[in-house]
Amino acid sequence: MALKLSDVIAPPADGREKDYQWTLNFGPQHPATHTTLRIVLNLDGEVIINSIPDIGFLHSGFEKLGEHLDFNQYVTIVDRMNYISPVANEIAWHHAVETLMGIELTPRCKYIRVIFAELMRLHDHLLCVGAAALDLGAFTAFLYAFNQREKINDLNEWASGQRFHPSYTRVGGLQRDIDDIWIGKLRAFIKQLPSAIGDVTRLLNRNRIFLDRTRGVGVLTREEAINRSVTGPIARASGLVRDLRKDEPYLAYKDFDFKVVAAKEGDCLARYLVRMEEMRESLKILSQAIENLPSGPVNASVDDRMVLPNQLSVYRSIEGLIHHFELFMNNRKWNPPVEEVYAATESPNGELGFYIVSDGTGTAYRARTRPPSFIHFALFNHLAQGHTISEVAPILGSLNIIAAELDR
Amino acid sequence: MSEEIPPVIQALAEAVSAEFPGGLLATTSFRGNHRFHVCPKQSYAVLKYLQTRAGFAMLVELSAADYLQYPDVEDRYGIWYCLLDVDNGRRLIVKTTANDPDPKVDSVVDLWEGANWMEREVYDMYGIEFRHHPDLRRILLPDEFVGYPLRRDYPMRGKGERHNFPVLTRAEG
Repeated sequence: MALKLSDVIAPPADGREKDYQWTLNFGPQHPATHTTLRIVLNLDGEVIINSIPDIGFLHSGFEKLGEHLDFNQYVTIVDRMNYISPVANEIAWHHAVETLMGIELTPRCKYIRVIFAELMRLHDHLLCVGAAALDLGAFTAFLYAFNQREKINDLNEWASGQRFHPSYTRVGGLQRDIDDIWIGKLRAFIKQLPSAIGDVTRLLNRNRIFLDRTRGVGVLTREEAINRSVTGPIARASGLVRDLRKDEPYLAYKDFDFKVVAAKEGDCLARYLVRMEEMRESLKILSQAIENLPSGPVNASVDDRMVLPNQLSVYRSIEGLIHHFELFMNNRKWNPPVEEVYAATESPNGELGFYIVSDGTGTAYRARTRPPSFIHFALFNHLAQGHTISEVAPILGSLNIIAAELDR
Repeated sequence: MSEEIPPVIQALAEAVSAEFPGGLLATTSFRGNHRFHVCPKQSYAVLKYLQTRAGFAMLVELSAADYLQYPDVEDRYGIWYCLLDVDNGRRLIVKTTANDPDPKVDSVVDLWEGANWMEREVYDMYGIEFRHHPDLRRILLPDEFVGYPLRRDYPMRGKGERHNFPVLTRAEG
């Protein structure tokens, strides 16, 4: 009953093929796809009549691994889904795990997670905006954006020891606390970022080529956005004003004063403008969070046997050693309720949720990811129909498809 | 470990039960997730009712799990639909089931276009067929792949597929 790709792209059986139409393979290796995406374009001259995305080149069974790695181990895999905003995925994963187990985080941990979530939002939006501009020939804006991403990688490295895949969160807490030097580095970063965002804005907002190639291209209406499960900046650019940070406040987002950015046009330009404005809002959250950072522990209370004990107590006390042993031995670990839970956070790309089915052991029975890239790439045919081949690049750029998250 | 169901959800459950006798099997709640367990025969009708009459305009998430080794579960596959009311921010999860040897449920692509790829992924990973799906084919795995890797009886290290791929030599390629 199931179809195959070859059946779908084959000409109609009754021989009505219009012989002036032709088929073009876009990808899997193409500079504008940035990662491995393949799209089969059906064209009339230069105009796209139909497009068939063919995905799965990077499929590596992350969700199967999630059923075999425990709640702390799987964080290293989650990192590699949307590797442009790794800590945002970690926060989403552990948010779901903590919802399942009913762990209440400490105020300091909530604030540090908010800081990292917003840093990742900047990281992701800078890449998306920079790469979208690069595809349209605006190379300089890309360099300004990447220069800033490098500084965020430095912050990751200082906090966790790794630049790209920090694996920074743990069940009920963090790998380690941040120190004063890190806070100083973050303050310096916050101080100089507005000028870089200003540079990118000045390079693009009055760039005739950039504007002509993005305005009115790939329009998504609000109704379509709802019907096609679109979330995040793409939905907000289409006038669907939803942001989980405001609508279902998690972590400490209630404490901060920021706006939800939205636009009405729903085209590639609106998505770019929404992302630029969201970066400024993220900066506001960052500076509020760093000035009001609560003191105290970063890990939830050790008494409930959910979080890892600190290294000193493992080496110097028998209780700490036993506790550590309990959390690491395969037949012990956590005892979550035999239940299932869906919990989502607002990742830079949209709603990133995890549906965890737990059978009462320390490993998820089913660890389903709701990947925004996967859901947004399903839009591609809808957005590209009727446009020309040259408009594939701005549409792909504005959707911000991360193939590792798309294929998992 | 079920929690108390809020009155709004309870009222909606009563309305659904009245509209579809025997359609709503149970209502459960856990940590703010409210779930309607729906009879597979009426899942499409209930989802359509929830979309058009109860305001749940968006399908946020659709996926499935294989409950083969799960304690105290009768049906093998569980399929969930996470719905969202975009105007009021309410959420609701609808769960339905399917069973071997021929797991099937009704497709909801004509209600939500967003379900298209998500249903294809479930088909790809679990072999659950979605009736009336416009384009049901594998999405992440290659067309010629045999088996459904997220089923619990499928080994994590695979069944040797990697070794069975035809070897292309440089001369042929």
